[in-house]
Amino acid sequence: MRVMAQTAMVMNLDKCIGCHTCSVTCKQAWTNRSGVEYVWFNNVESRPGLGYPRTYQDQEKWQGGWVRTRTGGLKPRSGGRIKKMFSIFANPKMPSMQDYYEPWTYDYEHLLTAPAGEDLPVARPKSLLTGRDTKVTWSANWDDSLGGGNEVLQADPILQQVSDQVRQEYEKAFLFFLPRICEHCLNPACAASCPSGAIYKRAEDGIVLVDQDRCRGWRMCVTGCPYKKVYFNHRTGKAEKCTFCFPRIEIGQPTICSETCVGRLRYIGLMLYDADAVSLYASVDDPKDLYQAQREVFLDPHDPAVAAEARKAGIPEDWIDAARRSPVWDLIMKYEVALPLHPEYRTMPMVWYIPPLSPVVDVLRDTGHDGEELGNLFGAVDALRIPLDYLAGLFTAGDTAPVRSVLNRLAAMRSYQRRINLGEKPDDAIPAAVGMTADEINAMYRLLAIAKYEDRYVIPAAHAEDAHRLEAVGAECSLEYEGGPGMYQTGPFGEASGTPVPVQVETFHMLRERQTADEFTDPGDEPRRVNLLNWDGKGRPEGLFPPRSDT
Amino acid sequence: MNTFLWVIYPYLTLVVLIGGTVWRYRYDKFGWTTRSSQLYETTILRWGSPMFHFGVLMVLIGHIVGLLIPKTWTEAVGLTEHAYHLTAVFVGTVAGLCTLIGMALLIARRRLTGPVFAATTKNDKAMYVVLAAVIILGLWATVRANIAGSGYDYRETVSPWLRSLFVLQPDAALMTAVPASFKIHVIAAFALFAFWPFTRLVHAFSAPVGYLTRPYVVYRYRDPRGGLRPHRPGWEGPAR
Repeated sequence: MRVMAQTAMVMNLDKCIGCHTCSVTCKQAWTNRSGVEYVWFNNVESRPGLGYPRTYQDQEKWQGGWVRTRTGGLKPRSGGRIKKMFSIFANPKMPSMQDYYEPWTYDYEHLLTAPAGEDLPVARPKSLLTGRDTKVTWSANWDDSLGGGNEVLQADPILQQVSDQVRQEYEKAFLFFLPRICEHCLNPACAASCPSGAIYKRAEDGIVLVDQDRCRGWRMCVTGCPYKKVYFNHRTGKAEKCTFCFPRIEIGQPTICSETCVGRLRYIGLMLYDADAVSLYASVDDPKDLYQAQREVFLDPHDPAVAAEARKAGIPEDWIDAARRSPVWDLIMKYEVALPLHPEYRTMPMVWYIPPLSPVVDVLRDTGHDGEELGNLFGAVDALRIPLDYLAGLFTAGDTAPVRSVLNRLAAMRSYQRRINLGEKPDDAIPAAVGMTADEINAMYRLLAIAKYEDRYVIPAAHAEDAHRLEAVGAECSLEYEGGPGMYQTGPFGEASGTPVPVQVETFHMLRERQTADEFTDPGDEPRRVNLLNWDGKGRPEGLFPPRSDT
Repeated sequence: MNTFLWVIYPYLTLVVLIGGTVWRYRYDKFGWTTRSSQLYETTILRWGSPMFHFGVLMVLIGHIVGLLIPKTWTEAVGLTEHAYHLTAVFVGTVAGLCTLIGMALLIARRRLTGPVFAATTKNDKAMYVVLAAVIILGLWATVRANIAGSGYDYRETVSPWLRSLFVLQPDAALMTAVPASFKIHVIAAFALFAFWPFTRLVHAFSAPVGYLTRPYVVYRYRDPRGGLRPHRPGWEGPAR
C-alpha cells in the first residue's frame, strides 16, 4: 500500500442553474490572455449538447484516454510510445481551432470614428487570429440551454448511444448543466502522452500541472486527455490546463470556480488512495466495473491502519484529519451519491458528480402526481428510463443500476425532509428503503441542501512549516507567464520568449486583508496604473475618475 | 581567404552554435518550443510536416554517413566507391526531394493560411530563407555534379576537411579544389548553424527520446526553492 493524497471535487448537478459564473471568474483568473482566448479551463455544458470542444466525448474520433491491451495492461488510446514518436510531426487526432471556436472581438472603435452618415455604424466582428473580418459561427457555448435545437443535439455522442425513441422522448423531457474542469485524474492520460515529461502529477496533493519550462509544444497531451481539458496556447506554443487554483488551495482556499459558484454546488476535500492499486483497478476488463473499481482504490482515513500507512508515507497529521472530514469522501463513499464522469476512459477522474434529480420531479408534477411522494418518486426514477440511460452514459459507462440507486437516495432525502418541513412525523421507513439511517439522511441533507461553506470546503493548507515557502511557489506558478498585451515584453524569438519578468502578484493573504480593510491599503499607489480587478471600491485611484470639478 | 573560409569561419559559427544554444537554454526555456501552428490548419500540415521532417532526418543520416565515416572504413567492409555512390545519390535524391516538397508545402501553407501567416515572426521568415537556401544549394550541388558531370567524390575532400575541424587540425588546403556549388552549400550550412540557436529550430535539440523509457505518469514533489524567483541575467545560469 502506498498512500497518496488527492485534492478532489464533487459537483451537485441538481443545483446548477447554468449561470456560467464559474467559467467567467476562471477565465478572469487564468485565461484572459492572448493565445488562450478560446480556452476555458472551466466550462458549463448543456446536456444534451455537443460539449466543448464539439463532440469531445466521441473517443472513436478523438482517441483520448486509455485502452486495455490484449494482455490486460493499459496504453493510451491514441497509441503507445513508438506510435507517438512517429506521429510527432503532425498529430493526427488533434482538434483544430474550429472544433473549439475561432475567437473574435468587435471593432468598437468604428462606432466612435465612423463619419456621420445615413447608416448607423456597426461594430463588425474581427477574428482574433487574423485580425480580419470574420463570421461568428460557433463559440464555447453556442448550444447553451438546447440552443440550435435538434439538428445540433443529434450530434451529442452520448445521445447517440441511447436508442432513437429514447432520444426523442428525452429531448422533450429536460436538459441539465454539466460544469467541467480538469479531472486531475489518478491515472492522467495527458501526462502519459507528453513526450517531454512536462505534465506531472504533484505527489503531495495530486494536482496535475504543466511545467511551462519543459513543455516543447508536441501537442500530444491535447489528444491524450479524453475530456479535452489540456489546451494549446497558440501564441506561446505551450500546453496549458486547469491548475485546480493551486495557489489558493495551498493556503486553504477553495478554487475560484468553487468560491464564486452561486449555486454553492461544489465540494472540495481530500481523498486518500492507494497509488499502487491505480493501474490494477484502471485496467479491469468490463468498463461497467470501473466505477466500483475506482472506489476500491480509495482508502478509508478512519481506518487506523490506513492512517498509520499515511503517516509513514509522509502525509502530515492535519491532512489525515482533513481526509476524515472530507465532504468528498462522504459523498462518494459514505452516502454513495457521487459518480465519476466517464469512468470508461480509464483515467480515474477525481471530479465527481451528483446526478440531477430535479427534472424527474418536474416531469412527475406535470403529469399530475405529487412530485415528492416517495412511492411516486421511486416509480418515476425507474419508469423514466430515459434520463437513467443518458446519465449512465455520462457517469457509469452505461450501467444504470448505480445511477438509479443514487437518484433513489436523493429522492428519499427529499421525501423525508419534506415530511419534516410540513411538520409531519419523520418516517424512518424512508431512509431504510434506500439503506440509510435517519441520522445519515439528515447529515446528507445538511451537506447537500444547507451546504455551509466550511462543510463544502475542507482544504488543509499546505503543511504549516512549509507555508511560507509554498506561498512563494504559488506566486511563481507555471502559468505566471502573463500573456496579456503589455504584461510581458516580446522577446527576439517570438511571442513571450525571454526570461519572464516576475509578475507582482499580490499574495492571497494580502488580497484577503484588502478585502476586509477599511481604508485604501496602498496610499503610494496613485501614480501607478489602476488595476480594476483589484480595486475594492475604496478610495479614488488616480486616473479612474475624471478630476473633480469642485477642487 | 582560404584560411578564413575553411578554418576561422567554421570555428566561429560552431562557437556561436554551442554558445548560443547554451545561452538560449538558460535565458529562454519558456520560448523553447516548436511553436506549432497545427491548431490553425491541419490538412496541409498533415502532409507537409511529416514529409519535410522525415526527409530532413534522412538527409541528416546521409550527411553523417558521408561526412563523418572515412572512406577507408566503408571500403574495408567491402562497399565499393561505385556502389556507395549509387546508393548515396539514389537515397539522397529521394530524401532531398521529400524535404523539398514538404518544405514547399509548409512555406506555401504559412503564406496562404491567414492565421498561420499572422503568427509568423520576422525571425521565422529569415530562418526559412536560410534553411531553404541550404537545402536547395545542397540539392543543386548534388544534381549538378551527377547529372551535368560524372559525379563528384566529396569523400576525398570535403569529408576529411570537416573531420580535420573536429580533431582541431584544420586543413584548409583540402577545400581548394572543391567545386563552387559544394563550397557555397558548405558556407550556407555553417551560416545556418550559427543562426540555429536563435530560431525556433532549437526544438530539434529537444527530440523527446527519453519518452521511450520513462514511466507513463510523472510524479513530482513541489519545488523546494524558497522565495520569489529572482530576475536573473542569462549568464548566471539556472537558479539552484
